[in-house]
Amino acid sequence: MKRIYVNEMWCLGCHLCEYYCAYANSGIQDMVKALKDKQIQARITVEQRGTISFAVNCRHCTEPLCIKSCIAGAITSKDGVIVIDQSRCVLCYSCIMACPYGALMPAREGVMQKCELCTTNSQGQPACIQGCPNKAIVFEER
Amino acid sequence: MHYVMIGNSIASTACIEAVRAIDAEGSITVIGEEDHPCYSRPLISYLLQGKTDENRMVYRSEAFYEENKVTVMRGVRAQSIDREEKTVCLENGISLWYDKLLLATGSSPFIPPIKGLEEVKNRFTFLTLDEAKRLESNLRKESRVLILGAGLVGLKCAEAIIDKVQSVSVVDLAPRVLMSVLDDAASEQVRTHLQKQGLRFFLGDSIAECTPNEALLQSGTVIGFDLLVIAVGVKPNIQIALEAGLDVNRGILIDEGGRTSDADVFAAGDCTEGPEMIIGRKTVLALLPNAYLQGETAGTNMAGGTASFDKAVAMNALSLMGLHLITVGRYEGTSHLVPCKDGYKRLFVKDNHLVGCILVGEAGKRSGIYTAMIRNKVELDSLNFDLICEEPLLMAFAKSVRQQQLGGPV
Repeated sequence: MKRIYVNEMWCLGCHLCEYYCAYANSGIQDMVKALKDKQIQARITVEQRGTISFAVNCRHCTEPLCIKSCIAGAITSKDGVIVIDQSRCVLCYSCIMACPYGALMPAREGVMQKCELCTTNSQGQPACIQGCPNKAIVFEER
Repeated sequence: MHYVMIGNSIASTACIEAVRAIDAEGSITVIGEEDHPCYSRPLISYLLQGKTDENRMVYRSEAFYEENKVTVMRGVRAQSIDREEKTVCLENGISLWYDKLLLATGSSPFIPPIKGLEEVKNRFTFLTLDEAKRLESNLRKESRVLILGAGLVGLKCAEAIIDKVQSVSVVDLAPRVLMSVLDDAASEQVRTHLQKQGLRFFLGDSIAECTPNEALLQSGTVIGFDLLVIAVGVKPNIQIALEAGLDVNRGILIDEGGRTSDADVFAAGDCTEGPEMIIGRKTVLALLPNAYLQGETAGTNMAGGTASFDKAVAMNALSLMGLHLITVGRYEGTSHLVPCKDGYKRLFVKDNHLVGCILVGEAGKRSGIYTAMIRNKVELDSLNFDLICEEPLLMAFAKSVRQQQLGGPV
C-alpha cells in the first residue's frame, strides 16, 4: 500500500507539513481561519536539531502496537491504514506508551489523534505531501 | 479443526484474529462466563465517569463474530477439561470437543481475610462490568466510600466515583500509592495530586476489623463508611488448569509460544505466568497489551503457524484525574533522573540497555520510543544517549536506523 516516506536529506525544517496537516484536519475551509492565531495541533511532527530535521507521522506499520494496546478498541486497521475512532477513545495514553515512533498525540478535543493518511478528511491525498516544498515527504508504494 | 477458547476477553479476541489469519475454516467456540459481549475491563472506571457507555465498551462488533464465524457461548462456565478425551465440560452439562484449546480464564479479585468482612453488606470489588454497575447503583450523594487498596484498580475506582459521593478514603498497607509501579518520588506526586482533588489516604495501615459500617485500622483509626471496595490485587484463575493436571505456579505456566505443559492446550492473558524478557523468568503480567500479544501468539501457534512472544514486559498507561503516568519495564540497574518541566522522568539502564522508565505528566510524550528501546533491547552506545534521555526522539538514533524507520515499510 501507499505510505508516507520521509527523506531527511531534503527536509528544510520549514514545518509547512505541520501547518498543512493541521489545516486539513481542522474541518475549516479557509486556511487562514484554520491556522491564524491558533496553537496548531498537527498529526505530523518535525524533529529538528542543529542542521538535521525530518517529519515523523504514523508509519501505518505491520505490527501496530497501538491497536493491540488500545484499551478501548478504538484503533483499527482499515486495509492497512491505522485509524482511530475518537468517539471510543478515553485518553488513557496506552497508544502513546506503545507507538515506537511517537506518532500519536492528544487532540484539542480531549481524545487522541493520529495520521490517517488524510483518508478520513476531505483531502483525498495526504496534505503534508502537498505542503512540502522540497519533496522531502512523499506518498508512494515502496 | 476445532478451536475452543475458555474466556471471552482480550486474549481470546486476539487469538480469534490470529487463528483466522491462518485458518479460515476451522470452527471457533468461545465460552464466556459473563453474560456480556467481550468488553475491555479497564473501561469500567470510564463507564462510571460517563466517558464511555456499554455500547462503546464492546471490544469487537457483532459483525466481527459473523465475519470470523465464531460461536460465542455467553453466561456459561467451563467446569473441567478432559485432556485424554480432549473435551471441555460446561456447567450446563454440555461437552465440547477440541483439537486446540485456549485457556484465557483471566483473574479474580483477591479478598484478604479480614475479621467481620462478611458482615459488610455493601461490599464490592472492581474488576467486572457487573460489579462496576452494582457499585454505581449503590452510590449516593451522601455515601462515604472506603477503598482498600491504593494500586491501579483502587485509584481508578476512586477517580471514577469521587464526584458522585460525599467522601472517598483509601487504605493501603503499602506506605505509598501505586507501590508496584512507581518509585517514591512519583508516588508522592500522585498522592499529592489526588489529595488535592479530595481523596483521603491512610497509607502504611490496614483494616484490622470491620463492622457493617466501620473499619478499625491497625493504627487504631476508625473510618466510618457506607460502601467498601476491595481492590488489593488480583489472582490468576488457574483452578480449571490445576484440576486438569497442567503445570501451574501462581499462574498457568506458558512458554514464549503460549503453550502450556500440554501440546494442545494454550493459555494467554491474566491467568498466565509466562517469560518476562528482562529478568528472563516467568512472571504474571496481568495487563491488557500483554493479554492481546499472548493471545495473538497462542492463536498463531494453535492454527499451525509459528509465533514467539519474547518481548513481554510490564507496561502501564494510567491517567488519574488529569495526571498521566506511563511506566514500562523494570526498575533496576543505573537510574537516570532527568529534570523535566511539568513532569517526572526516571530511566533505568542495565548492561547497555534501557530496561525501565517512570514517566509522569509531560514526560510521557512520545514515550513509546522508550518502550520500543526496552522491547527491542536497543544498544545504548548505538545512539545519542544524552539526547534520548532529554527527549524521546528518533533524532537520537543513528541515521541508518532513521532511514529504516521513515524511509521504508515497517
